[in-house]
Amino acid sequence: MNYTFKWSVLWTGESGRWLLQGLLTTLELSALAWVLAVALGILAGALRTVRFTPLRWAATSYVEFFRNVPLLVWMFFWYFGVPPLLPRGIQDWLFNHGAEFWAGMLALGVYHGARISEVIRSGIQSIPRTQFEASVAIGLTTFQSYRLIILPVALRLIVPPATNESLNLLKNSSVALTISVAELTFQTRQIETYTAKAIEALTAGTLIYLVLCLSIATIMAKVERRYAIPGLIARVGPAA
Amino acid sequence: MDVSVITSNFKFLILQGLIGIGPFIGGTLRLAIPAILFGFVLGIFVGLARLAQAPWIRMPATMYVEFFRGVPLVMVIFWIWFIIPQLLRLPIPEYGVALTAFVIFEAAYFGEIVRAGVQSVPRGQVEAATALGMTGTKTMAYVVLPQALKNMVPSLVTQMIVLFKDTSLASIIGYVDLTKAAQIVNNREIKPFQIYIFIAIVYWLCTYSMSVFARRLERRAA
Repeated sequence: MNYTFKWSVLWTGESGRWLLQGLLTTLELSALAWVLAVALGILAGALRTVRFTPLRWAATSYVEFFRNVPLLVWMFFWYFGVPPLLPRGIQDWLFNHGAEFWAGMLALGVYHGARISEVIRSGIQSIPRTQFEASVAIGLTTFQSYRLIILPVALRLIVPPATNESLNLLKNSSVALTISVAELTFQTRQIETYTAKAIEALTAGTLIYLVLCLSIATIMAKVERRYAIPGLIARVGPAA
Repeated sequence: MDVSVITSNFKFLILQGLIGIGPFIGGTLRLAIPAILFGFVLGIFVGLARLAQAPWIRMPATMYVEFFRGVPLVMVIFWIWFIIPQLLRLPIPEYGVALTAFVIFEAAYFGEIVRAGVQSVPRGQVEAATALGMTGTKTMAYVVLPQALKNMVPSLVTQMIVLFKDTSLASIIGYVDLTKAAQIVNNREIKPFQIYIFIAIVYWLCTYSMSVFARRLERRAA
């Protein structure tokens, strides 16, 4: 192998600042997309378990269509496909206010919302039907029994698969580089372009992702133990 | 809505983009099918290595899995793109880069599925096979793996669908798959909404038929 290492490219010049900016953008993009994904996931996951057919059907179509198409296609769709359909004024405003970031956030959030809803649905379905019947019998409405009984238990059951899925979201935020969101992978490529030191740049980016993912996994393992429901050994399966 | 952009480019998108027949070396299927096969085969070795008694086999396999599950696929593609030409000192076509990246990356995920599948086989089966005088390799090949495979089917198909969707990332390094073909058409026609919705439907038809097939397979295996 004919390659001279020069690790100092990572702390001389602009590299350090680029990496930090990339990391912050990755975290910001992932955090906002995660909030959207969890909201959509809880809504769609809950609606897929209700008796009322039109709602269940709408939720099923959302989930089945969005999670079965590549994220990259959704990135292009939200970034290139949707804005031309909007009124001129909104388009101009969007492209002056970081349209690629918002398109990337929507693509990530809507795609992972469909995936997280599957985790939540399996959590809800692992709760015995009698719990629901009992809560109706003591006079709660359907909405109340979901909010007060079923969802609180389901959310505690699904901590491990939901963590897995959240980490997938964080890693998938790298796909946003295709619509030129300046996140971590994008900045890694930029360092490589400016310094021609591919291995050093990729090592830095890779290590940041690894540390990020492993520390979140470690923290969530603690959370899982803290919020485990005593007396239950049943675990909900991983995300489909 | 004007869909003539789809009808006039249908052949290019499907033949070149999805299947891989045309002026470019490309095609989603031409990449996805070998990636699934080789990724699964490598995954069997990774999964079995993670269950090995000897720590010098188990530890590297565990690190392999933990590493690739903690890194985005895009990053791995860029690694292979830079490293392999450096190591071999010759240019590698995008197809080779993408296939290598997918096989190495997905083997970590397939490995976890294989491990879970093997662990789902009751211990008594191994004891019974040993009592019959079978060697370790024979027990694995004739008793454990066939039963494990049956338990693995749902998660295997899920992973295959994930891999199928992931092949769209090969377009980042210029491999002409369905996504790249759509980009090429869009650069000429500037009809992004129609084009991207169309390929979304094509991807959906492929992945959805895979999951329907899996459900049928499961019912027969049960």
